[in-house]
Amino acid sequence: MERHLQPDLPVVEAPERRPRRSKAPYGLAAPGLLWLLVLFVIPMIAMLSLSLQTGTSLEGFRQTFRFANFTDALSQNGVYVVRSIRNAVIVTAIALLLAYPVAYWIAFYGGKFKNVFLFLLLLPFFISFVIRTVAWSFILSDNGIILGSLKSIGLLPESYRVLGTTMAVIAGITYNLLPFTILPLYVSLEQIDRRLVEAAKDLYASRTKAFTKVVLPLSMPGIFAALLLTSIPAIGDYVNAQVLGGPGTTMIGNVIQSEFLRDRNYPEAAALAFVLMGILLVGAIVYARVLGTERITEA
Amino acid sequence: MSAVATEPRRIQTPAPPARGPRKRWTRFVLPTYVVAFILYISFPILVIVLFSFNQTRGGFGTSPRVKTTWIGFTTDWYRRLFDLPDLTTALRHSLTIGVLSALAATTLGTLLGLALARYRFRGRGGADFAIFLSISAPEIVLGAALASFFVALGLSRGGFTLFLSHSMFSVAFVAVTVRARAAGLDRSLEAAAMDLGANPVTAFFKVTLPLLFPAILAGFLLAFALSMDDFVISQFTQGPFTMFPTWVLGATRVGIPPHVFAFATIIFLTGATLAGVQALVSRRRT
Amino acid sequence: MNDRSPWTDPSWIRGMTQRRMSRRDLIRNAAVGAGAIGISSILAACGVSGEAQTTGPTAGEEGSTQWWADMKAQGPGDHINFTNWPAYIDRDFSIDGPGSRPSLYEFTKATGIDVTYRADINSNEEFYAAIRPALESGQDTGHDIIVMSNFQELSEMIALGYLIELDPELHPNFDQYAGKNFVDPVYDPGNKYTMAWQSGITGIGYNTKYVDQAPTSLDDLLDPKYAGHVAMFNNSPDAGCSAMLHLGIAPETSTPDDWQKAADYLQKFNDSGGLRGWMDQAYLTAIENEDLWITMAWSGDILNDKLYFPEYATFEFTIPDAGAVIFIDNCCIPNKAANPVGAEMLMDWYYDPTYAAMLTEWNAYFTPVPDGGEIVQADAASAKGADKEVLQTIASSPYVFPTPEFAEKLHNYRVLEGDEVQTWNDIFNPIFLS
Repeated sequence: MERHLQPDLPVVEAPERRPRRSKAPYGLAAPGLLWLLVLFVIPMIAMLSLSLQTGTSLEGFRQTFRFANFTDALSQNGVYVVRSIRNAVIVTAIALLLAYPVAYWIAFYGGKFKNVFLFLLLLPFFISFVIRTVAWSFILSDNGIILGSLKSIGLLPESYRVLGTTMAVIAGITYNLLPFTILPLYVSLEQIDRRLVEAAKDLYASRTKAFTKVVLPLSMPGIFAALLLTSIPAIGDYVNAQVLGGPGTTMIGNVIQSEFLRDRNYPEAAALAFVLMGILLVGAIVYARVLGTERITEA
Repeated sequence: MSAVATEPRRIQTPAPPARGPRKRWTRFVLPTYVVAFILYISFPILVIVLFSFNQTRGGFGTSPRVKTTWIGFTTDWYRRLFDLPDLTTALRHSLTIGVLSALAATTLGTLLGLALARYRFRGRGGADFAIFLSISAPEIVLGAALASFFVALGLSRGGFTLFLSHSMFSVAFVAVTVRARAAGLDRSLEAAAMDLGANPVTAFFKVTLPLLFPAILAGFLLAFALSMDDFVISQFTQGPFTMFPTWVLGATRVGIPPHVFAFATIIFLTGATLAGVQALVSRRRT
Repeated sequence: MNDRSPWTDPSWIRGMTQRRMSRRDLIRNAAVGAGAIGISSILAACGVSGEAQTTGPTAGEEGSTQWWADMKAQGPGDHINFTNWPAYIDRDFSIDGPGSRPSLYEFTKATGIDVTYRADINSNEEFYAAIRPALESGQDTGHDIIVMSNFQELSEMIALGYLIELDPELHPNFDQYAGKNFVDPVYDPGNKYTMAWQSGITGIGYNTKYVDQAPTSLDDLLDPKYAGHVAMFNNSPDAGCSAMLHLGIAPETSTPDDWQKAADYLQKFNDSGGLRGWMDQAYLTAIENEDLWITMAWSGDILNDKLYFPEYATFEFTIPDAGAVIFIDNCCIPNKAANPVGAEMLMDWYYDPTYAAMLTEWNAYFTPVPDGGEIVQADAASAKGADKEVLQTIASSPYVFPTPEFAEKLHNYRVLEGDEVQTWNDIFNPIFLS
C-alpha cells in the first residue's frame, strides 16, 4: 500500500531502493514561483538598483552606486519615518485594545452565532477601502453629520475640527485595519481549550485571574500576528493621511508616493521604500525575539 | 499550566475564597461593547447608503457633489449610475483586471499551494519566505518595486502592467489558502483512486481537484476582491489605465459625486448577498 | 473539512497569518538573497534613459503642415473631449443635458460636434502626473483639449514636445480678437501650442460669516482666531510668488535668495499649526463646506460662488495690499489627441466675443478677448431684473476689469529657466509636504 503514496515510483520495482525524490512538486510549484520571482524578487532588486542611481527624470538616470542616496533620503525625511512609526504604534495599540474584547467575546461567548458576528463585523469592509476612507472624510467634515450636530447643540465650539489633524489620520488607519486585528486574535482565542479555563476556575481563580493567567498567554500567537498584520500596513499607509490629514500629518508613504509619481525622483523614492522595508523587517525580528520564536511557528 | 499538572490530589478541598456577590450588570458590559463596536464598524456604510439617496444642489451634469446635510430624498443617482463616463470606464477596467488577474493568480497559486502542502523539495524554504514577504510587505513597497521594475524595463504602464502586478500579489494569497486546505486533505482518497487504476494525473483531476475546489474558489474570490480593492499598487502601475479606486480618490478630492455612493451601496449589497448566500449554502452542506 | 468561507475558516487564517520559519531560516534565506545581489550588479549596469526631447515636428509628424492638411481633409470629427478646471464654463442649471453649458451648446449646434466636457483638473501637477505616462509612451491621453496654467508643467510639456503645434489656419477668431496681453506670451512664443482660456488673480477669499475684518495681507491668515480654517495653495508659483510680494519682492526679477526668504515665510504657516492644508482646487469645496473661513483663492471662483449661489453670498475676494500674481490658463492639445481639428476649432470658438462674454459673465475671470469684455459691459448696462446686479458687479469689479491703478498691483510669475527649475523646486516643494 505504501508504494502508492509516491505515485511516480514504478509499481513493479521493489521498494528496497531509496525512492526517487518526486519531480512533481517542481512542476507544480515552478510556474507560481517563477511568477513571484519575476514580479516580486526581481522588482525588489530593480528598486535596489534604482536607489543607487543618480540623475533626473528629464535627462535619465545612471548607475553610480551612490550609497549616499540612503543617508540623504533618511536625513531629509527622517521626521516622516519617525512620525509613521509613532502613528503605527498608536494605531496598533488602539486597534489591539479595541479588538481584543470583541474577539474574546465572540470566541468564548459567541456560541452558535460566532460566524454571524464575524460576518457582521467584516461586512462593512466589502466596500472598497478608498470609499470607506472618503466616507470618513465626509462624516467628519466640520459641519457634517457628527460635528455639525454636536456643534448645533452647543457641545462643541464652532471652530472645532477633526479633519486635518493627526487624530483623524490615526482614527482612519485604525478603522481600516481593524479586520486584520480582529481575525488573528479571534482565530487564536477560538483555539484555546475551554477546559483549561474551567480548570483554572476550579482552582479558585477569579474570572480576571483566569483570563490573565490562562487566556492571555495562550493568545499570544494571535496577538503577535495581529501586531504584525496591523503595524506593517499602518506604517506604509498614505491614503488616510492624504484624505483625512493636513499639514503635519504627512507620512513616509506620502513622501514615497509623491517622489515616485509626481516628482519622479526615482532614486530617492526607491531608497526610502527600501528603508521602510528594512525597518519593518527589523521590527518583525524584534517582535519575534520579544515574544519568542517558538510561538510564531506554532501552527 | 504547570499548576494544573502538579496540583496534588486531595480528598479534602479547602473552602473557596470568599467573593462578593456577582453583580448582574457586569455580564452585560462585554456584549454591549460588542454591539457598540459593530455599530461603529457599520457606521460609514449606513452613511454611504443613506446619503446615496440625498439630493444635491446645482443639478446634474458631471460635477454634482454630495452635501453633508440632508437636502431631500431621491433615487436619481441610481438611475443615473452611468452618467459619468470616466466612472464607468474605471469600473470596467477594474472588473477586467480583477477577473483576469484572479484567474492567473488562482491557477498559479493553486499549483504552488498544492506543492507546498504535500512535498518537501529544495527551495521550499525560499518559497515560503517569498510568499511570506509578498503577503506582509507593505503595498507601497510592492508598488514602488513594481514601478521601478517597469521603469527599468522601459515598459509603459497600462493594463498589462496592472495585470502582472495584481496577479503577483494575489498568487501568494491563493497559495496560502490552498495550502491550508490541501494540508488537511486525506491523501488516502487519492491512493484509493490509484489503487483502482487511475494514473496520477487522472487522480489529480478527478479526486484532488474537486476536493480542493472550495479552497480554490475561495482563493479566486479572494484574489478578485483584493484586486478590486487595491489602490496603492494600482496607483503605481496603472499609468493611464485608471482603475475604480484610483478614480474615486481623484474624483473625491473636491467632494464626492453621489454616483460613487450609489455604486458603493450596490457593491456592498452584492458582496453581502453573495457572502450571505455562500455562508448559508456551506452551512447546509455541513 | 468544512466549507466555511475563508474569512471564518481558522485553518485558512492560520495559514495566512502565521510564519512558518524559525530565525535560522530567516537568516539563511536572507543570505541567499544577499547572493542574489551579486547578480544585481549586472542588472545595476542598466540605468534609466531620459525622456525624449524633440525640437518640433518634422515633416509628416504630428503638428506639421502636412499632417494638419491630412487631418483637415478627414474633417473635424464628431466628438471632442474637453477637460478643464471646475467653475470655468458657463452653466445653466435649469436645463438638464448638453444645453446646461450654453456656450458649448452653441458650438455643438453650429458644427454638429458633440463635446464631452469634464471639469476634472484640480491641479496642474496632479493632472500632468496623470497624463504623463500616456504622453511618454506616445499614447492618446483621452483628452483633446486640456487647460494648463502658465506654470512649470506647461513649460515642460512644450519642451518635451507633448503638445501638438497649432495649425495657424484654424484660429481666425484668435487672430482677429485676442487681446495683446495674451498674444505671444513669454511661456509660448508665437502661440505655437496654446491659446489662453481665461486669466485670474491669486488673492484671498474669505467668508464674512466667520471673518469680520477684510484681510489686507497674508499675515491675516496666520491669525490664531482662524486657526484650523485657513488654507494656502500647494503650488509653488502661487504660494511662492505671493509670499515674495508680501515681503516686498517683485517675483518677476527675484533671485534664489529671495525664494529662500519666501520659503521661510511660508514655513511659518506650517509652524503655526493653524493651517488646514496646502490645497489645490479643493479649497473651493472646503470653503463652500465652511471647513475654511479664509484662504488663498482664485478670483473668479469666489466671485462666481458669491454672485450665482445664494448660500455663498457671504463670500468675498480681495488681494493683499502688497499685491497679487496673475495666472493665465491656456488651452492646448496633447499629442495623439483623437480630434485635433475639432479641438482647435473649439478653442478658437471662444475667441468669438459673444462666447468670450458668456464665459466671463459666468466665471468672472479676465477674458483674453477685449471685445468680449465690451459686450459684458454693454450687457451690464442694459441688464434688467435679477441679472442686473450680478452683471453690474462683474462689470465694475476691479478683479475682472482692472483699472490702471489697480493693475499696478498685479504681477506675473517668475519665469524659470534651466537649472533654476531644480533650485526653485528644492526650495519650495518641502514646504508643501510637511
